[in-house]
Amino acid sequence: MEPASAKLIGAGLAAIGAGMAAIGVGNVFGSFLESALRNPGAADGQQGRLFIGFAAAELLGLLSFVVAMILIFVA
Amino acid sequence: MAAEQGKVDPMHQFAIEPLFGTDHWEIAGYNIAFTNSALWMAISTLALLVFVAGGMKRQLVPGRWQMAVESFTGFIDSMLAANIGPAGKKYVPYIFSLFMFILFANILGLMPLGVLGIHPFTFTSHFSATGVLSIMAFAIVLVVGFWKHGFHFFSLFVPHGTPLPMIPLIFVIELVSFLVRPFSLGLRLFVAMMAGHVLLEVLSGFVINGFNAGLGLGPVVGVLSFLLMIAIQALELLVAGIQAYVFALLTSLYLNDAENLH
Repeated sequence: MEPASAKLIGAGLAAIGAGMAAIGVGNVFGSFLESALRNPGAADGQQGRLFIGFAAAELLGLLSFVVAMILIFVA
Repeated sequence: MAAEQGKVDPMHQFAIEPLFGTDHWEIAGYNIAFTNSALWMAISTLALLVFVAGGMKRQLVPGRWQMAVESFTGFIDSMLAANIGPAGKKYVPYIFSLFMFILFANILGLMPLGVLGIHPFTFTSHFSATGVLSIMAFAIVLVVGFWKHGFHFFSLFVPHGTPLPMIPLIFVIELVSFLVRPFSLGLRLFVAMMAGHVLLEVLSGFVINGFNAGLGLGPVVGVLSFLLMIAIQALELLVAGIQAYVFALLTSLYLNDAENLH
């Protein structure tokens, strides 16, 4: 296989990671909303934890974006 | 990879160019020319100063502007009170400046000023800018931690109630997760901003090439891409706010570790 095409295929495979992170972020907000509707009184106090979970899930997706960018533009 | 003919190069917007001074302005081998990155840092600092100065009237019944500034300071104040407790009060100025600086930088970088010929530069899309911000937060954590707890600060790496045989392993894991913090903090902001701007630029390439392709399928692609671009722009405004909030929130959590250990 040509190295250039292998790079592009690798970048495309890294996009799977972004999709997986989308599932993760959706899970974080979905679970939060589900439980916030059960107990709206406690919801405001948990917003910090919501965004920590969001940040952790998002970071991993962003890392796959970094891998794709490195493959396309740097490597 | 070089940009092909007629293709919009999505990475060109991140190029740092000297606006004032040349490549030969050096101190100890480092270039000190005034770049577009430095210009937009100065602009966001100035905008932040104007915004805060406009709200420092201290009237008993606040006007709109004072209310806007006070709601931001109150927001940071309550965040620090919730995460650190009473000891968090002294970090309000730092976290407030950090949050507002990143927020202004992110939002100014998204402004459609290119229509007027002024191209905004998002300096938060560079790891050198966000990395310094995160290293500052990390340094404050180290200084506060060692100042307040001395060598007892190392108990941060051994959670309370760890079984004795597990201590060497847990220590290493906690140490690595502690040392990785400045990277993950800076990397998150920089990649989130860069990803959004690359996406907008790629979509703008679709719009331009779609309309240039002539009648038929071209305008359909162009119009659809343009609608998508408007939606993504709204999403990017949301991301700009969320990333500034997440940066401030994580900094305050790390400060909590330094203040209260585990």
